[in-house]
Amino acid sequence: MKFSENWLRSLVDVKVSREQLLDGLTMAGLEVESVEALGSHLQNVLVGEILTCEPHPNAKRLQICQVNTGADEATTIVCGAPNVRVGLKAPLALPGAVLPGGVRIERAELRGVASAGMLCSARELQIDADASGLFELPEETRPGQSLSEALGLPDASIELKLTPNRADCFGMLGLAYDVAALFDAGVRTPPCVEVPIQGDRHRQVKLEAGQACPRYLGRVIEGVDPQAPIPTWMQQRLWRAGLRPVNAVVDVANYVMLELGQPLHAFDDDRLQGEIHVRLAKTAESMRLLGDLDVSLDPDMLLITDDHGPIAMAGVMGGADSAVQASTRSVFLESAHFAPASIMGVVRRLGLHSDAAHRFERGVDPELPSRALQRASGLLIAIAGGKASAITVAEHPQDIPSRLPIRLRSERIARILGVLIADPDIERILTALDMRLAREQGAWLVVPPSRRFDIECEEDLIEEIARIHGYDRIPVSLPVTSGRVVTEPETRVSDSMFRNALCANDYLQAIHYAFVSSASLETWGLQDASVPLANPLSAEFAVMRTSLLPGLAASVQANRNRQQSRVRLFELGRTFQRGADAAAPTEIESLAGMVVGTVQPEHWHQPLRSVDFYDIKGAVETLLALTGEPGRFRFEQDNLPPWLHPGRGAHLLADGRPIGALGALHPQLLSKLGMDGEIYAFELRLDALRERSLPKARPLNRFPSVRRDLALVVNEDVVWADVEQIARQAAGGLLVNLQLFDLYRGQELPNGQKSFAISLILQDSSRTLTDEKVDACIQKVMDALLLGVQAEFRG
Amino acid sequence: MGKDQIRFDAIERDIQQASTLEILEALRVALLGKNGTLTLALKQLGSLNASQRKPRGAELNRTKGRLLALLAEKKTHLENEYLQRRLLAERIDTSLPGRTTRRGNIHPVTRTLDRICSIFERLGYHREEGPEIEDDWHNFEALNFPPHHPARAMHDTFYFGDGRLLRTHTSPVQIRSMQGGTPPFRIIVPGKVYRSDSDQTHSPMFHQIEGLLVDEQACFADLKGTLVEFVRAFFERDFEMRFRPSYFPFTEPSAEVDIRWNSDRQAGWLEVLGCGMVHPKVLANCGIDPERYTGFAFGIGVERFAMLRYGVRDLRAFFENDMRFLRQFA
Repeated sequence: MKFSENWLRSLVDVKVSREQLLDGLTMAGLEVESVEALGSHLQNVLVGEILTCEPHPNAKRLQICQVNTGADEATTIVCGAPNVRVGLKAPLALPGAVLPGGVRIERAELRGVASAGMLCSARELQIDADASGLFELPEETRPGQSLSEALGLPDASIELKLTPNRADCFGMLGLAYDVAALFDAGVRTPPCVEVPIQGDRHRQVKLEAGQACPRYLGRVIEGVDPQAPIPTWMQQRLWRAGLRPVNAVVDVANYVMLELGQPLHAFDDDRLQGEIHVRLAKTAESMRLLGDLDVSLDPDMLLITDDHGPIAMAGVMGGADSAVQASTRSVFLESAHFAPASIMGVVRRLGLHSDAAHRFERGVDPELPSRALQRASGLLIAIAGGKASAITVAEHPQDIPSRLPIRLRSERIARILGVLIADPDIERILTALDMRLAREQGAWLVVPPSRRFDIECEEDLIEEIARIHGYDRIPVSLPVTSGRVVTEPETRVSDSMFRNALCANDYLQAIHYAFVSSASLETWGLQDASVPLANPLSAEFAVMRTSLLPGLAASVQANRNRQQSRVRLFELGRTFQRGADAAAPTEIESLAGMVVGTVQPEHWHQPLRSVDFYDIKGAVETLLALTGEPGRFRFEQDNLPPWLHPGRGAHLLADGRPIGALGALHPQLLSKLGMDGEIYAFELRLDALRERSLPKARPLNRFPSVRRDLALVVNEDVVWADVEQIARQAAGGLLVNLQLFDLYRGQELPNGQKSFAISLILQDSSRTLTDEKVDACIQKVMDALLLGVQAEFRG
Repeated sequence: MGKDQIRFDAIERDIQQASTLEILEALRVALLGKNGTLTLALKQLGSLNASQRKPRGAELNRTKGRLLALLAEKKTHLENEYLQRRLLAERIDTSLPGRTTRRGNIHPVTRTLDRICSIFERLGYHREEGPEIEDDWHNFEALNFPPHHPARAMHDTFYFGDGRLLRTHTSPVQIRSMQGGTPPFRIIVPGKVYRSDSDQTHSPMFHQIEGLLVDEQACFADLKGTLVEFVRAFFERDFEMRFRPSYFPFTEPSAEVDIRWNSDRQAGWLEVLGCGMVHPKVLANCGIDPERYTGFAFGIGVERFAMLRYGVRDLRAFFENDMRFLRQFA
């Protein structure tokens, strides 16, 4: 909502400064978004009337003008504006004037001709942005009159950012009540009185859309002249509200809309046929709107029609055929109540915006149409002439929202706000806001004005009291609680534990949008069960991610393109899978990491080594260790997801259930992604890692342990997991630790064989182990390995 | 006798001049070993007569004492020299960088989010989470946004084909928590939220923290106090703050909180969060008696706080995951 400050002050008599007024509005919930001060430096600027214009003898583009400044003698001014002409009234800055931009006007000689001032554009005076020529002043201004007086300056154009509940403030009158309550002033309501009825042209109105339009008023005014000039004050108020004057009929309708908040529409009555109907559109109906915009209509769109067809989209925009033009002589003025629900969808669907729709979709006072129509008729006839016929009223009273009194308890006000506001103050505030009060025991019955349909319950009234009383006058305290202390269970592994574990391993946390392109999921072979958005921003963000990996890969690539050869990123966030049938999609808390480059940054004393599978596996093992029960997890090398290198990947099972995968990205995937080098990644679902056991302290074993090492040679296809499992099983209860400390392939072994060097640490909990017992145990291990994996033993 | 003395004097000189521990040890053996000069001289005492033996014995013992002390002294000296030489030889350049596993760090949004949550956890709030894909009822209707409510227009919503949507705020978790329990409530709800809006100052995904307190005596003054304390704790300094009336369908009265911000880039009132008293309809929608219980709720934009706290200028930097940016938050 944009408006002239002076206009507001004409409706409510407040003496406060502009700064106080603006601050008051903002602190009452009517946030001031911008303020444009207008015409504050206009001393020595007058209305000048150009009497004669002659070409400058020495300059093609300049004119020598004799300007009437109200004095006996005309003033000579040299001017180069394109619109300078005899009879024009324009602002004249006399010597001594300092224009808002800081330009000081002096007597000057322009190519040999003395000029005693400057004729100005609107921009030079900072009244308007128009710099195309001289500011053309209205006919009714007097030569010699100070420009400030003529234009009602200084003024300010104030723009408010209104919250959706304050639809009433889309009219100056609504604003005036708030300002009156804030500064303890009175409101001067504009005169809304019926004009004399002199005409007898009528149009019947039929309401056929139920609740969408429960009230429609209209009247014909014959013999108007749309080209009649509107008064300067009206012109300035429209301008400062951001509206360009169009013609007298449209301008009056706009003016009343700004003043009272009721959008009006004027039709060229000579172009209407028969009765006016308010109805929903029919299938396949279409119409041409103002600006020659053709729209095809949906059956839920509310129309105004005559016998011939649609003449307006109700509350949104009029039709092109019935628009008021310069030649229009009779108008049909519409002042109706359209329900917000009937307007909202339409505006969005068609992308149509209008001042009327902006108001109707937020809601307009249902009691306003009659007053607004009277006000507009009075202004129009005064400006553009014409004779009014009687108003046609069509109403469905049962569908017009009615107001019930709201009970407001003083005790409740104190309880909600935490401050005691005296009863007289409460009454003063509510009365100033135009509410009717009836006193009850410890309470009031309050009826808000019809334009404040946002006030529905006691809390709404409490907010009114609080914001006029001032939020800043409510004290500050801390809540008392009757609750218990709720803590995070110690047996839960938190997000921050996972994050810390990866940060300790030099991973950086990344955060990506949760939506990706379906093409990228397809590249990864992860498109199954993806959930598409119905209204994505773009194809790039069209489906919910089923995996964190495509996002990480994009960032790894982007970082490498920025000369980072070593990239280590992880993300902790949700991935999404379509639910079965109508069930909600599943949200899976996932953790993924991706690395490329050397394990450590370059260092003077450490050899550089690129990451490989065992680095990524180590990172995953660190995460699994957070559960305190790493034995629950198993890595398997089959059934790999399509994004993994089939020989360098594993999938991870928790208690036999698959929970993730890790390894090198598949070379084909890399080439599709346009990436090179070896990139390793993992992705896990976190639900399987959330639980950890509470530590349970055990007594320490006081008997010495014995270490024995074995070097076993096996065929290349034997995997370590089998060796370990066989050895552990064979060693039995004495084994406290088994470690692989070397893996050898090379010259000392035949081709296709490898050697594992393992250490076994044995210990008995009840006695010192004898050599015989140790030897027997080791022999069992060797026998089992010989049998199980055909191991030969070296050394 | 004179001959012996000459020999001992020579040994004494040799000891004094010994340059290594090995030479010193050889001298000790030559003197005091099994066949050492002094050992032999002491052995010969027995062959002397009693009158000669006594003075001779005394003299040899004096010599022995003197030479032993000398040996010990020389040994300490040489050992010390050795040590000094070794220490000198072992000197390294301690200014070279140490061996370490470099640390990564969490994302600045997470850092901010954790910090905000921990402040409220100290005030007795408990973390809750909720789904990011919501239904209309939890995201809007239960929060007093009826269908076609103009406030819905402020939430540019991403929808799915079945009418579900990406939550536009963390407020639906209020509903889920209240429906799933009994008052009093003190919860803090961090999470991702989504709006179909993308430009320099809007991201289609961002993070919000919702706070909710429902109890028998909660009032607007408590809300003000809580948020004043929070802002002070977060920025670790006092601010001029103002609570400005605003509108959210699920709170009444509602407020925006502005802080007076002065930096080289911006000065003036800065909107930092929205809040209000929980609307009685919202409590009733969750089966809570609004006559018995009152509550307040607030919503904090995490990126906003991160930008202010760490001087981040462009919202989009948070989701570009440029390591040079991320590393700055170690």
